[in-house]
Amino acid sequence: MKSLAELAAIREKMKDKVVLREGSGDIRVVVGMATCGIAAGARPVLNAFVEEVSKAGLADKVTVSQTGCIGVCQYEPVVEVFEAGKEKVTYIKMTPEKAAEVVEKHLKGGAAVAEYTITNAIS
Amino acid sequence: MKELSLNILDIAQNSVKAKAENILIKLDETAEKLTLKIEDDGCGMSKETVENVMNPFYTTRTTRNVGLGIPLLKLAAEQTGGGISITSVSEKDNPESHGTAVTAEFFKNHLDFTPLGDVISTVTVLIQGSPDIEWRFEHNFENGQVALDTRELREVLGDVPLDNYEVIKWIEEYLKEGYSSVQ
Repeated sequence: MKSLAELAAIREKMKDKVVLREGSGDIRVVVGMATCGIAAGARPVLNAFVEEVSKAGLADKVTVSQTGCIGVCQYEPVVEVFEAGKEKVTYIKMTPEKAAEVVEKHLKGGAAVAEYTITNAIS
Repeated sequence: MKELSLNILDIAQNSVKAKAENILIKLDETAEKLTLKIEDDGCGMSKETVENVMNPFYTTRTTRNVGLGIPLLKLAAEQTGGGISITSVSEKDNPESHGTAVTAEFFKNHLDFTPLGDVISTVTVLIQGSPDIEWRFEHNFENGQVALDTRELREVLGDVPLDNYEVIKWIEEYLKEGYSSVQ
C-alpha cells in the first residue's frame, strides 16, 4: 500500500543532496507536448526519457522538460537537446525505442544520433 | 486523439499556458456517462475569445494558424451525443477571481465513444512538466473515488520537487492502487 510515509522517506534521502532540482545540470531534453505532439505520440516518448535518464543515473546531469508547439508539426514527436557550449540537436519522429537509444548514445555517450535528427531528414 | 486521456493532457496544457497556479481535473463516471471538467485559476479569456476557441483556425500561437485542442475535444464529445461548454473570467475583468472551466460530456454507450485510456500517465506527465502548479485530480465512480492533491504531497515532501523521479513513480503507483481498489 502506498503511504505518505514513503514520501517522507524520499525527503529524508534528499536531505543530504545539495542539488534538489532534478538535473540542475548540463543537459536539457525538451519534448514537444502541444496538440500536435500529443496526437503524434509524445507522451510515451517523454515517459521513456524520464525512465531511461533515471536508469542511466543521469538525473543530476539531465533535465527532462516539456514545451509547446515547435513549429514543425509534421515531424512530431520532436525532442530538442540543449547542452552548454554545443549546438542544439533536434530529433524528429521520436519513439520510446529511439528515446532509449538517444539516452544511451547521446546523453551518456556524448555522440548525437545523426539519423534521427531533423538535419538528416531535410538534407 | 486515440484516447480521451490525451485530450485531457492537451487541454490541461492550456491551463498551464494561462499561468494557472491551481488546476483541477475531475472525472465523474456512471455506467452511461462520463463528465470531464478541467478548471484553472489562470488568466482566463474574454467572452470573444471563448467563442473563438471553438474554431479550429483560431490560435494564440505564432508557429501555426490552427488551434485544434478544443475543437478535437468538442468533436470527441459531440460524436457520442454529448458536448462541451467553456466558461471563463478574464483577469482583466476580475483581478481577484479569474480562470477557465472546460466541461465535456460523453455518452459511453455510443459506438464512437473514445476510451479514456491511460489517465494515470496524463496526470504524471502534467505534474512532471509543471511541478510547481497545485494539481488536483478526482475520478468519481458510483462505488468510490480515486483522488490526488499535490498540496498534501508537498506537506510531506517539503522542498523535494514533485518532478523528482521517485516522487513521480510514487504518484503513479498510488493512482494505480486507487484504480484497482475501485474497479
